[in-house]
Amino acid sequence: MVVLRLAGKGRTVAVQPKAASGSLYRGREGMWSWVAHRIAGVLIFFFLFAHVLDTALVRVSPEAYNTVIGTYQNPVVAFGEIGLVAAVVFHAYNGIRIILVDTNTWATRNQRRLFWVVVGLWVVTMGPFIWRHLSHVFG
Amino acid sequence: MSTTTSADSNRGPVVTDLTTKSPYERRTHSRGNFELWSWLFMRASGVLLLVLVFGHLFVNLMTGDGIKGVDFAFVAGKWSSPFWQFWDLLMLWLAELHGVNGVRTIINDYTERDSTRLVLKTLLFLSALLVMVLGTLVIFTFDPCIDPNSTLQQCTGR
Ligand code: HEM
Ligand code: HEM
Repeated sequence: MVVLRLAGKGRTVAVQPKAASGSLYRGREGMWSWVAHRIAGVLIFFFLFAHVLDTALVRVSPEAYNTVIGTYQNPVVAFGEIGLVAAVVFHAYNGIRIILVDTNTWATRNQRRLFWVVVGLWVVTMGPFIWRHLSHVFG
Repeated sequence: MSTTTSADSNRGPVVTDLTTKSPYERRTHSRGNFELWSWLFMRASGVLLLVLVFGHLFVNLMTGDGIKGVDFAFVAGKWSSPFWQFWDLLMLWLAELHGVNGVRTIINDYTERDSTRLVLKTLLFLSALLVMVLGTLVIFTFDPCIDPNSTLQQCTGR
């Protein structure tokens, strides 16, 4: 069935994420990056729901907002924030990789190599971020 | 990887193969170009979100006192500028629509029963409506001057 769609409609594979993730991205790095991309996306989605609700407290009163934000300003939540940023940065870089792999033949052929580029950029971004964030929290 | 099941395999796939229900699809394809637009939207919004969300995280976590500096006065400072109001509004809408569309795909992938799918999607769309309406109202009805200690010019001047 997958072959049939690929052959028959050319770009259909790109139109149907399910087919794409099941065929094009199968393999080692390809599959794990897909799982991680999905988990990160859902995580950010749930965060956004909570985030908009607590930001809405600025309409209640300055005290209400500051009290709730104040409860977040501790080392435990700081590590949660690092996790959130790690998910956002991975999802963003890997999202760009997906776009390239879908639209550019060089990238399609080198999608596995590009995955390690994503991992490299992710490490390079997270390093300075973690350092600065922790020095704010513990400084 | 099976080959085509039609009688004459050299003729290639027929369009109806894609419109009738296949054992791998739980829903028939009868939604016009919706999935194409949704595919395109995921990519366009993704690129914009990279800029918007990275900018948001950089300004709120990296500059100044970082997370320690976030409080009512910080939000008041940002939202007294139309630039950040617009930034946040665009980020709110794009992130929510992109997220909803992504989670919709995931629900389609994992739910087996029509009723489960209907319930989950109803919850999904209601939550998105809530987030977008509330978030938009908050940005536009925000009043920095409800803080009596505000040092913003627009508050001290009246
Ligand atoms: C730990 C990381 C984060 C912190 C400390 C943070 C902080 C804030 C603050 C202080 C505001 C108020 C207005 C402003 O500063 O622009 C805000 C609003 C907002 N943030 Fe974040 N944010 C974080 C992560 C995120 C992420 C990852 C997203 C996107 C998925 C996001 C999306 C938004 C949106 C859409 C608004 C506007 C809310 C509304 O319309 O009421 N934020 N955030
Ligand atoms: C920061 C920049 C972002 C980029 C570059 C990006 C890019 C992408 C791309 C290219 C896809 C693949 C769509 C497909 O396979 O058809 C995707 C899926 C997804 N995104 Fe994002 N995205 C970003 C931010 C976000 C945010 C803020 C959220 C949550 C509110 C989110 C949630 C999701 C979800 C849930 C999926 C579906 C995953 C799946 O089907 O496996 N993304 N994203």
